[in-house]
Amino acid sequence: MSDGNPDIQILDGNRAAALGAKLSRVRVIAAYPITPQTPVTEALSEFVERGELDAQYIAVESEHSALAVCTSASIAGARAFTATSSHGLAYMHEMLHWAAGTRLPIVLACVNRAIGAPWNVLNDQQDSISQRDTGWIQIYARNNQEILDSVIQAYKIAEAVYVPVMVCYDGYILSHTEMPVDIPSQQNVDRFLPQYRPHTVLDSRNPKNYNLVTLANPRVNAEGVLCHGYMELRYLLQEALQNSRETIAKVGQEFGELFGRSYTNMFWKERMDDADIVIVAMGSLAMEAIVASEMLRGEGYKTGVLGLRVFRPFPKADVVKALSKSRLVVIFDKNISYGSEGAACSEIKAALYGSKVNAAIRNFIVGLGGRDVAAKELADAVKKSLASLTEGVPNKEYPEWICHI
Amino acid sequence: MLPGNRLCPGCGLSLAYRHILKAFDGQVIVTVPASCLTVLHGMYPVTSVTVPCVNTPFATTGASASGLVAGLKALGKKGLTVLAIAGDGGTYDIGIQSLSGATERKSDFVYICYDNEGYMNTGNQRSGSTPLGAISGTTPILGKQQNQKDMAAIMEAHGIPYVATANAAYPLDLYEKVKKARAMQGVRFLHVFTPCPPGWRFPFSDTVKIGQLAVQTGWDVLYEVEGGIFRFTSASESIARGGTLKPVREFLVSQGRFRNITEKQVDELQAAINARWKRGLARAANL
Amino acid sequence: MQTRGCGHICGESSPGIGEAGKTGEWRDSYPLIDHKKCIPAKQGKAACFQCWLYCPDAVISKTVPVQVDMEYCKGCGICAEVCPAHAITMVAEETSCSS
Repeated sequence: MSDGNPDIQILDGNRAAALGAKLSRVRVIAAYPITPQTPVTEALSEFVERGELDAQYIAVESEHSALAVCTSASIAGARAFTATSSHGLAYMHEMLHWAAGTRLPIVLACVNRAIGAPWNVLNDQQDSISQRDTGWIQIYARNNQEILDSVIQAYKIAEAVYVPVMVCYDGYILSHTEMPVDIPSQQNVDRFLPQYRPHTVLDSRNPKNYNLVTLANPRVNAEGVLCHGYMELRYLLQEALQNSRETIAKVGQEFGELFGRSYTNMFWKERMDDADIVIVAMGSLAMEAIVASEMLRGEGYKTGVLGLRVFRPFPKADVVKALSKSRLVVIFDKNISYGSEGAACSEIKAALYGSKVNAAIRNFIVGLGGRDVAAKELADAVKKSLASLTEGVPNKEYPEWICHI
Repeated sequence: MLPGNRLCPGCGLSLAYRHILKAFDGQVIVTVPASCLTVLHGMYPVTSVTVPCVNTPFATTGASASGLVAGLKALGKKGLTVLAIAGDGGTYDIGIQSLSGATERKSDFVYICYDNEGYMNTGNQRSGSTPLGAISGTTPILGKQQNQKDMAAIMEAHGIPYVATANAAYPLDLYEKVKKARAMQGVRFLHVFTPCPPGWRFPFSDTVKIGQLAVQTGWDVLYEVEGGIFRFTSASESIARGGTLKPVREFLVSQGRFRNITEKQVDELQAAINARWKRGLARAANL
Repeated sequence: MQTRGCGHICGESSPGIGEAGKTGEWRDSYPLIDHKKCIPAKQGKAACFQCWLYCPDAVISKTVPVQVDMEYCKGCGICAEVCPAHAITMVAEETSCSS
């Protein structure tokens, strides 16, 4: 059953994210403006000042403080939201670890932007990719509808598994580009999202102390019960992320039942059924990749697109299954782990190792610092990769770059 | 505060914290950054305090307090005071931004800076509060070359309803000020002087004596500024009314951290103390 | 060692006495109160209690007579310093060693 009368508005990505937070009835927002996220902070301030959103907008003095405010507000039991980009996300790095380690269901919208030096305000995914180790669930949106839908789902996922969620979308390409978005009704979002039930307790009658120093080894508490060492607490975070795949799919299905758009998949598949060449991309690039794939199909190639959606936890088994018939996988990364290769490429190689998938892998670094990526460039890169198969090298040491060097 | 905590024998902070907690009578949520107080609070899974507490990264005390206030407000929980309590490191240096930001936003909490004049939790490295001439781990031979920041004055410049200084060696004055601050609204700031035996190099039985000597020499001045009105309190008030400050040298020779101080630095410190005392006398409303 | 049974998903600590163990073991001298000089003891009523006021570890009781919790007293000696009646002396702990 889908949401009665569709309410389709022309929105840019930032507006979609802000509406997602508004519909999710967040209670505490702490954010610091940074290009290209700034309109999110302004939209939320407006909702609050107009009385449309019953929340406190805390105009913090830095991104590090933004996540610190959200962390403490979340511990106190309030649904908290923040948004940032690039340097702002980097500035809150310490707090990203802290929020995940405290197992708080905070949702953060990351408007993907390149990180300096040198300065660049345009899009790439280096910012959120650089934070993939912090223990946050990471979801990437391909378009503005997915942004709005993902923010709402993010709260349901986060509050079920007690892991914070980062919803990422491309700066400018999505954040400042308007497209039709079906706005869910508040009524239905209220049905979809239960109340936040914190696992933390701030009660003077039952005092607890959160995040004290831990030791390497387990330690007995005042009642004689053996409690975790640091390592066990961190094990539980990883376990929660691994297990969250089930919750993500379930939430995606429930969303589909109520709003007519299903998100049961960990990634988007376009014409994968008979494809032996798979293009992998994430975010808005995954849409451009579909255009490229259609071009290639027109020339007789059997291409498909695997659009990554959930990057953390990385859906290894699902990816292996989806690539089982591939002979060539071309991965376009709008990021690079310097000294190695694109992050999506590393993840896929790790997933495929030991499987029976007999595909060659090619990695291209594209679109850094807002460099435009045309579908034709993607298609040409695929053809180049195909031609290179004659070399007999399934796994190249370092990625190629599509740039003007 | 339960017995058997990890702090050093004779710790000034321990003495102060006892009375601070008493003034809140259990109706408090504490947030604390990395500091000696974190150590007092214990190690997971056992804590040595019976109030709810949220530990927060070093730079974030003000922001954490701001977040707790917002969270409690969102849930409609009343009757609890948020107490942010950090050392001089977490207040003067790494934590100044988040404190200033939360204060400028007119949040609603009590902020106590306990000042042991150095990063004592990590073995005494110099902080923005370490005084001129003091030896520390990072000023090991020449001693600190700069003067302390006046954090209470900085907080006063934010235009908050209450700024006060207190001292572990004057627990009744401290208790009354915390109680007063508790009953107010807005950001209330207290600077509490807490002598540190291992850091300052004096016998741990002398903590109270050193704390009192600080006030007797004008090294530490006990005052409060309520709604912009300055008043001396406790022993500082007595001295202001009809006593004289002891020479700062008496305070300096009592601690090993000043063993390398130069005469020029002693003169500079004395001059600064005299100037500050004079300013206090000029503006005090209760003399 | 299996710790999952504690049920924690984050570092949540509960109050307990003696978090650092029996801190009384730290000291090399203990406070000996002479109740003939101690003011509340002499007067037979609640009075003075400066030792209680200034003990950093809150191990001195506000009772008549005043008592020190020897399990947790760290032996700092502040009580001896502040007692206006000089009723407290710090006495060296006996160390037993066999030779």
